Parts: sequence; structure tokens; C-alpha cells
Amino acid sequence: MTDATERTVTSRWLNRDRVSVLLIALGCVALLLGGSLLYPGFLKPGYILQQLQIAAFLGIIATGAMLVILLGEIDLSVPWTITGTAIVVISASGSSNPLIANLAIPLGLCLGIAVGLLNAIGVAVFRVPAMVWTLAVNAMLLGAAVFYTGNSRPNGEVPWLATLAATGRTFGIPNAFLVWLVVAAITIWVLKRTVYGNYLYALGNSRRAVFLAGARVRLVIVATFVLAGVFSSFGAILLLGYTNQAYQGMGDPYLMPVISAVVIGGTSIQGGRGNYIGTFAGAIFITLLSSILSVMQMPPAAREMIFGAIILVMLLVHGLTNKKEGI
Amino acid sequence: MMTWLRQNARETIAALALVILFAGYIAIHPRGFSTYVVTIWSNQGTLLGLAAIAQFFVVLVKGIDLSVGSIIALTNVMGSFLLNGSPTSIALGMVVVLTVGVACGLVNGIAVVYGGVQPIVTTLATGGIFGGIALLLRPTPGGSIDETMSDALTYAVAGIPVSAVILVIVLVVLLMLLRRTAVGLGLYAIGSSEQSAYMTGLRVNRLKLVAYGSSGFVAALAGTYVSMVTLTGDPNIAPSYTLNSIAAVVLGGVALSGGVGSPLGAVIGALILKTISSLMFFSGLPPLAQPFFEGLILATAIALGALGVFRVRSRLELYR
Repeated sequence: MTDATERTVTSRWLNRDRVSVLLIALGCVALLLGGSLLYPGFLKPGYILQQLQIAAFLGIIATGAMLVILLGEIDLSVPWTITGTAIVVISASGSSNPLIANLAIPLGLCLGIAVGLLNAIGVAVFRVPAMVWTLAVNAMLLGAAVFYTGNSRPNGEVPWLATLAATGRTFGIPNAFLVWLVVAAITIWVLKRTVYGNYLYALGNSRRAVFLAGARVRLVIVATFVLAGVFSSFGAILLLGYTNQAYQGMGDPYLMPVISAVVIGGTSIQGGRGNYIGTFAGAIFITLLSSILSVMQMPPAAREMIFGAIILVMLLVHGLTNKKEGI
Repeated sequence: MMTWLRQNARETIAALALVILFAGYIAIHPRGFSTYVVTIWSNQGTLLGLAAIAQFFVVLVKGIDLSVGSIIALTNVMGSFLLNGSPTSIALGMVVVLTVGVACGLVNGIAVVYGGVQPIVTTLATGGIFGGIALLLRPTPGGSIDETMSDALTYAVAGIPVSAVILVIVLVVLLMLLRRTAVGLGLYAIGSSEQSAYMTGLRVNRLKLVAYGSSGFVAALAGTYVSMVTLTGDPNIAPSYTLNSIAAVVLGGVALSGGVGSPLGAVIGALILKTISSLMFFSGLPPLAQPFFEGLILATAIALGALGVFRVRSRLELYR
């Protein structure tokens, strides 16, 4: 084997997606090592398992965001889909009618489906840019939530299933993380092995080509936004089980981390490119980063700044390597 | 005149909507048409109008700026430290504030142009940075602004609000620059087709930096004017300005795909939004229901603006 062929083999193995994942994995290790210098407990399994549990909430929500981004769109209605779901679930579960109380979690997921459909109508039927439409949907959800709760903290009960899934452990491993692993496995299978997954990547690259090929473009767009809504709601239900309460604006701090996790994981914001392992690692990276910043007792302002700066640096590294490859 | 109206159909429709909404607002307002009412409306509208112009510059070159609110917040907070004292120190403070705005815009521009990062994620990250600095400088709203200057810039002279005059001057200058200079036309060219612009020999990278820098400058103007109107520096105003500036440019007929629209349209969009929320305030709706209707009206307006898709002859035209 000559040097030249060997080099092509290595460069093919080290393709763009793998470089992103490797970079992020290195970032996670660096964060853990750096953190252990400040605070020795960082390398203990207990701490790492706890971080994986918290990363699961972010990761599940980011799964939906990633599907939409692969499509070449974006979903900015995530924050109030989360808050809205938490409010619906907590008040339904606290209802005196046992039927409604038992259906609390399905009702919450239905909200996600409804939001997804609403988003899809604007994007697929009216052709409004997703960025604007989902922002307007977010504003409406906020308004509906404020009206429904009278701008106070909603009362009710957290379903036991949500608490079990979010805080329970099986053989010492957090259930939330196990749930996330299942979600991840299914997502990877769907993206790699199903027609839907192929259409998703194809649509992100060229809508026109996919339309001319006879695919049902609108159906794929609608399905993707509905899935995104369901994942946001699913994550919100776990989050509800973890925080044991619902409050106004509980979803607001999630928008930036969710998009960051997807994008630093190597998914192109223009769509059509990216893999789920990157998003998986991205969610863990973001969780570790914010945990370390809070352990260092940074004021929130400085935390926000450092968070933004590190994400910008990661993006620049991506951007510059892409430029070199001529993508 | 008719040709102009037809050529600028989007702005014309938006302007008509604005006139109707404004008439409704005046009709519903307990004090009716008076200098006081119009001045308050104009001041609020100017704030959002400037934010919308800042957004417009980035959208014009196919970008989107999610940090525009943070730049406004940062310059507003800096203004609350620097815009008082002797006339010289105010003037110096003004220069510093505007420079910071331009610098913020250029940071975005450099990351986008030379760093190869998409505008939406760049500005998502830099928005965190700029907002963080604003919050570090002033964790809670406060500070002071020179009151004589504030009065001079926010009251009315001979029945005409000073803010309206400022907005018109900014608009006229920008429209001239955009329509009559090579740089301005270059920005439109890049927005329409970056490749063709590059092939024609335009310095695409530099022009893009001009767009981002101008955006930062106008955002700093907006931040300064927030200081004048509110007399404080408030680090928490960022999200609402970012959101509304995007909605405003879309309502004003600026295409998010770049190259289409004008600062005039952006300002009309901003005034529509401001009038809607003022209308809500006096409409007698329960206050808790207002945010929902604001969102609903925003969504309806955007969907109405997009009704053109149903007149398309071949669905192929919809896919690019």
C-alpha cells in the first residue's frame, strides 16, 4: 500500500462528521479534566452520572431541534412548547377527574403534536420562513399560557411516571439517561435506515430535486415539525419530573443550549448534513460546560458571556475547517 | 406615482395597514389626537424603527441578526454611564457608544465573513456575549442620563415630535446612501446573488462587513435613544427588541432571503407592531389576554403577507 492510498483512507475515515464528534468528545474530556482541577469530585462516577441525567433532558429536546435543522428550517417555539407542556401536564394530573389525571402525560404530548402541526402549517402551506413563523407561534403559546395560568405558578401534581423516568435509577444508572439512549438508538436508525431519514437529508440539500423526484415534500415537512413538537413535550415532561414544578418561563433558558448542542455537534444550520452522535455529544458538552461554570460560582452574566464565547470558538473551528475543505 | 406604488407594493400595503391601525388607535385613545399622544407613540415607534433598520442591514445581505437586541441593551447600558456631565463628556460618550455598536456589528461580520459561520448561529452566540457584558456592567436597571438632552430629543417642537424628525432624517440619509451610492447598490446585489456580485467584481467580503457594521451603528443609535426615552440603562431589554425587529422587517416587506426591501419598509413594519400593541393596551381586552392576541395578530399578519403562494402557477417555483 502506497502512502497516497493510505492518506486517502485516513482522510475518508476522518471525514467532516467524525471530526466534529471527535472535537466535541475532546472538549468534554477537557472540561472534565479542567473541572477536576477546580473541584476534585468531577471525575467521580456519581457526578458524571448526574450530568448525564441532566444532559438527557437537553438531549431529548435537541433531538427534535436537530430533525428540523436537518430539514433546513428552525424551530424557535421550543421554549414555550416546554413551558406549555409542563403547565398542561401538571394541571391535568392535579385534576379531580381521575380520567383526566391519568391522561396527563398523553395530553402533554398532544400539545406538542398540536404545536408541531401549527408550525408546519405556516412553514409548509403558507411558506412563511420558519424563523419568523415559529417565533410568532412561540409568542402565541406564551400568551395562551399567561392567560390560562393568570400569570401565576400553576398548581397541580406531577405524574408519578414523570418523576420515575426523570429521577429514578435502574442499576445505578439514571432512568432519564436510559430513556435518552433509547431515543438516540431509534433516531439513528430512523435517520440512517428509513425512507423518511433519507428524505430528510435530501430535502435539506435540495428541495427542488426532491420535489421533482416525486417525493411528498409537504408530508415530510409536517412530520418533522410534529416530531419536533413531540420531542419538546417529551423533554418537558421529564423536566417536570425533575424539577417537580412548572413555572412561567421554565423553557426560556433552553432555546440557546438546544440549538448550540445541535450545531456544535456538526449539524449544518443550513440543513442536509449532520449526524446524531454529534448532537448527543453536543448535549453532554453543553451540560458539562454550564455545570462547571455554575460550580465556579460565576455570576449569571459572566456565565452567559463565557458560554457564548466558547460556542463561538467551537463554531469558528468548524467554520474554518469547512472553509479549508471548500464546503 | 402609480408606477412607484406598484413597484413598491409591499411597502404600500404595509403603509395602508399602518394608516388604518393608527386611525383606530387615535379613535380608541381616551385623549384622542393630541401632541402628547402622538409624541409618545412616535418615541416608542422610533425605538423599534431603529432596531428594525439595524436588522434590515443584516437581512439585506442574506443574514439574520439575533444579537441586535443585545447590542441595543449593551449600548443603552453604556449610555447610562457615559451620557451625562459636561457637553464635551456627553459628546465623547456618544462617540464611544456608537463605536461600541459598530465594533459589535463588525465582530458578527468578521465571524460570518472570515470565520465561515452561519449568521444565525454566530449572532446567537455573540448575543450571549454582548448581553452578558451589559449584565456585568449593570446587573439591575439604573444609571442616569443628561435630562436636558433627553428632553430636547423626546419632546415635540411646534407639534411635531422630535423623534419623528430624527427617524425621518435617518431614513432619508440611508435611502439616499442605499439607492444612490455604489456601496448601497452593492449591498442589494450581494443579497440578490452573491455569486453574480462576486463575478461582477464587487468586493463581497468588504461590503458584507459594511452591512454588519452599519447594523451595529444603527443598533447603537437605537440603544442611545432608549437611554433618552427611559432615562435608565436596562440590560434586560434585549429579547423583545430582537424578536420585534425580525417581525418588523418581515411585516415591512423585507425578504429574509436577501436583496429585497428598504429601511422605509422596516420602519413601517416597526410602527405597525408598535401601534398594534398600543391598540391592545387601550382596547379593553383583559390584560392577561393581550400577549396572546399580540402573538395571534402577528402570526395572522405574517400569514396574510404570504398569501401570494396560492397564486403560484407551478409548485416548482416554491422550491429553491
